[in-house]
Amino acid sequence: MPVMSIRDAMHMALREALDEDSRVFIIGEDIGPYGGTYAVTKGLYDDYGPQRIKDSPLAESVIIGAGVGSAMGGLRPIVEIMTINFTLLGMDQIVNHAAKLRYMSGGQLEIPLIVRTVTGGGAQLAATHSQNFEGWYASVPGLKVVAPSTPYDALGLFRACRQSMDPILFVEHALLYSVKGEVPKEHYTVPLGAADVKRPGKNITIVSHARMLHTSLSAAETLSKEGIEAEVLDLRTMRPLDVESIVNSVKKTHRAVVVEETWKTGGFAGEIVSLIQEHAFDYLDAPVLRVSGEEVPAPYSAPLENLAFPDAARVVGAVRAVFGA
Amino acid sequence: MKLKEKISKAQLLEMYRQMVLIREFENECYRQYMQKNVKGFLHVYSGEEAIAVGVMSLLEPQDYIVTHYRDHGHAIARGLDTKALMAELFGKATGVSKGKGGSMHLFDVKKRFMGGYAIVGGQLPIAVGLAMASKEKGENGLTICFFGDGAMQEGEFHESLNLASIWKLPVIFYCENNLYGMGASVSETYAGHDQIYKAGEPYKIPGVRVDGMNLFEVRRTTAEAVKHVRGGEGPMLIEAQTYRYRGHSISDPAGYRPKDEVEFWMTRDPIILLKKQLLSEGTATEEELKSIVKAAEEEIVAAVKFATESPFPEPAALHQEVYSH
Repeated sequence: MPVMSIRDAMHMALREALDEDSRVFIIGEDIGPYGGTYAVTKGLYDDYGPQRIKDSPLAESVIIGAGVGSAMGGLRPIVEIMTINFTLLGMDQIVNHAAKLRYMSGGQLEIPLIVRTVTGGGAQLAATHSQNFEGWYASVPGLKVVAPSTPYDALGLFRACRQSMDPILFVEHALLYSVKGEVPKEHYTVPLGAADVKRPGKNITIVSHARMLHTSLSAAETLSKEGIEAEVLDLRTMRPLDVESIVNSVKKTHRAVVVEETWKTGGFAGEIVSLIQEHAFDYLDAPVLRVSGEEVPAPYSAPLENLAFPDAARVVGAVRAVFGA
Repeated sequence: MKLKEKISKAQLLEMYRQMVLIREFENECYRQYMQKNVKGFLHVYSGEEAIAVGVMSLLEPQDYIVTHYRDHGHAIARGLDTKALMAELFGKATGVSKGKGGSMHLFDVKKRFMGGYAIVGGQLPIAVGLAMASKEKGENGLTICFFGDGAMQEGEFHESLNLASIWKLPVIFYCENNLYGMGASVSETYAGHDQIYKAGEPYKIPGVRVDGMNLFEVRRTTAEAVKHVRGGEGPMLIEAQTYRYRGHSISDPAGYRPKDEVEFWMTRDPIILLKKQLLSEGTATEEELKSIVKAAEEEIVAAVKFATESPFPEPAALHQEVYSH
């Protein structure tokens, strides 16, 4: 089976979309000759031209809004917003418009729009460029929020997004682009709303997504040496959320830790913990703990930044705490 | 007022009918609001009728319309059914948006009436996207985007004009300058208030100012803009100077406006001006015009009856149309 990076998988997903559907175009800042900040669109401009690979002004609101409007008008826009921090400048279009128009129009309007963006910290980009807002967006009915952690999922989820007639925030993690994995040559999709067991285990469930999935897998290796077999669950999509898989895993393991890169207050991890106690309280042998980012704006300096985000050691510590160690 | 333009008597009377119908509809909305049949925010269009009617009379079926929350007049002028409109205001299942949108969010996608938008300025990026779709699909269509003087102050206005201009999109930015945002005079809130029509100049978008109380001036100006835009020359900006007779919304007595200002504008009532002209030029008789008013009154009575007798949405409708499935 071919091995490729998430960057390559996303590039392939975009090429496929452009090849298969003449209504597809990509719009974003510096996605053309420059090739995209994270080089996902590199080469597309040369192959597909300016009509389909549209370099936009630095104007997130109209980039996303043009996506909303052109989707209403029958096109299949793929919007790239350089980082999730910049989506805040276009949040009106995402939250007030894209997410609402089908409902407010009594089902008359369809917004088949994919907004790709880049989340996460850990690259010493300091407070304005190191945030994770996918959990915020996942609280909005009318949106779908997708966050892959492997090349297989990235390609398969993107294909599923193209089949949806709803507005989708497709969140790629800045530090995962070089993560490699197997991607089958045969066509496949990964359905939205299906979590994935990335590592089976029987003693505790660790729930996470994106970069923290890899942090959790690393922690699980350490824990295995101590005789604790952790089941690591990758959310893959945050809305729709696969509550059933989370609950079923906890019913099996009787313990859980939720790992998230962003702040604990108001974070998505709190939502997962709530769902576990609503649906599996009687199965729990210990309180569910969260491992989240520190409640600070992300600092620049490496020693400080390392303290700001969860690492495998902290996940291991939380799991030990759940076991009373 | 000149009647040099060749307009058939039938079309003149039709435009008179639409203007009267809008006024009657808005007056009835006030009565129904007082009776608590209409709730939420209610922004009426009384005084501004010549703009919606004049503009819509020049559009084609393939053209898109997006507008702001003072949207009843545009909806009626585009031919939306007054029964379904009144039912929407009553929150009934038979409303244009199935009772989910209300006064500020009217839609009829079959008529390419793509909505009333209640976040000031939010409709401009969407209009840009619709114009992209028209151009891409080669529909020879254009998008009319109505907004108020308040929206000029939003960043989305400037982002939208810039993108529409660099991509030469078929969109007419139509500012209905009624001199007030909510309660604040535009002279105090927008630095370029005395030359709104020139706001496109930094973006190389030609602009024109028109007396929005004069149906024929509205038509003449809009016809030129339509020709320019449909001809592929890129966007245009029109500033129609007008006045709303009522406050910003029904809960606003508009005490901030000088009495003589209101009286001045009411002497320029677009319906009375048109009526005088039709009579003085012998285009129509007093009896003909009276029968038009009577028919409009009857249509509104029927609309209220329909709205009153229509059912509210079933509880199941609450969760419908959030997503495509």
